[in-house]
Amino acid sequence: MCDTCGCNITPGNRHLVAGDGKLSRTADGKNAVTVLKGLLDENDLQAHHNRQHFDRHAVLTVNLMSSPGSGKTALLEATIDALRGDLKVAVIEGDLETENDAQRVRAKGVPAVQITTGSACHLDAHMVHNALHHLPLADIDIVFIENVGNLVCPASFDLGHHRNVTLLSVTEGDDKPAKYPVMFRAADLMVLSKTDLLAVLDDFDPQRAEAALRGLASDAPVIRLSARSRVGLEGWTAWLRNELAAQRERVAQHHTTRPAIQPDGRLRHRGAAPVPHPGYVLLPTKP
Amino acid sequence: MHELSVCRSLIAEVEAVALQHRARAVRCIRISMGPLCGVDPDLLQRAFPLARAGTVADGADLLIERLPVRVRCERCEHESEAVPNRLVCARCGDWHTRLVSGDEMILASVELDADEVPVAAPDGAPGP
Repeated sequence: MCDTCGCNITPGNRHLVAGDGKLSRTADGKNAVTVLKGLLDENDLQAHHNRQHFDRHAVLTVNLMSSPGSGKTALLEATIDALRGDLKVAVIEGDLETENDAQRVRAKGVPAVQITTGSACHLDAHMVHNALHHLPLADIDIVFIENVGNLVCPASFDLGHHRNVTLLSVTEGDDKPAKYPVMFRAADLMVLSKTDLLAVLDDFDPQRAEAALRGLASDAPVIRLSARSRVGLEGWTAWLRNELAAQRERVAQHHTTRPAIQPDGRLRHRGAAPVPHPGYVLLPTKP
Repeated sequence: MHELSVCRSLIAEVEAVALQHRARAVRCIRISMGPLCGVDPDLLQRAFPLARAGTVADGADLLIERLPVRVRCERCEHESEAVPNRLVCARCGDWHTRLVSGDEMILASVELDADEVPVAAPDGAPGP
């Protein structure tokens, strides 16, 4: 949601701002203030600031989300090995407790900052801001944010990253996209992980998983890989290289991008005429 | 699960509006949300009394308007209602659709107890 172009106004709520919107006055004539601000504006403002940090250094930032145990850290370890000597990587790790994942990444010779959220079920833009100042961004090509393992809450928070990657391991159900539509709708890329186990699992059908994703009107690509057996990694690293090239091109053009959320807002950004943001509109009181 | 933190940012927004209009109290907060916004309206409603305690909105009601999920087909251009995990066109069944409504989470309006109506709204918006 953005404060400058009015993309908060959707066909679903436009009636609220239209001339005689039903919220424009109250029955007993009290002052009604139409606000139309996103509830996460404070987070989104910080996310915008984070994105400026990343863009200043032409860094591509990728947010990895999945349920716990679907192989995010293993994928990072394999990715670091695959990109070694070619692209420079850093990692922001999110977990409720422990430095374990950051230590696994550091063991690969890559800078990593661990955020321990205590009891919070997701990372937010403020936590990521604190972490990114501990990373040598000027010397980095790709920052991975490994979000807290959770298929619900992380999808709602913009961290200032550019792309969302959602992992679905084949030990889970292939109907997960239908069960967690908010999360999978936010994916710019869906990674089916642990595919080396498909041989011994007869209840996960990758095509059914992809069909469930399409059922969310998502055209996100699907990559099948196994971090452990290093199968399918070339598709993943090719996707990363493409995204990094696109990010550098955007930075050269002074553009930026947000992950695959708010399609309605994105549509408005493409329009030629800017839509004025309503801001605070104080409506007349008519007793 | 993150409904309390969302509720706290809601209260922060409301406090800013109340301060701006020199309100003594907030009577009612109206928000609009769709099922795809990632926040559960019932949990938000339950978190609200905790978040409002001790603020200018301490006595306020929270009214939640639940917006429907609607999609517009990019193939046949039909607009139809959909369920959150099946965003396909109701007419032709194609999945190439665009979400028209259903992922909003918006503070729509606030009712204030104020002595007077300020003469001008900020941001160049029309005053009363």
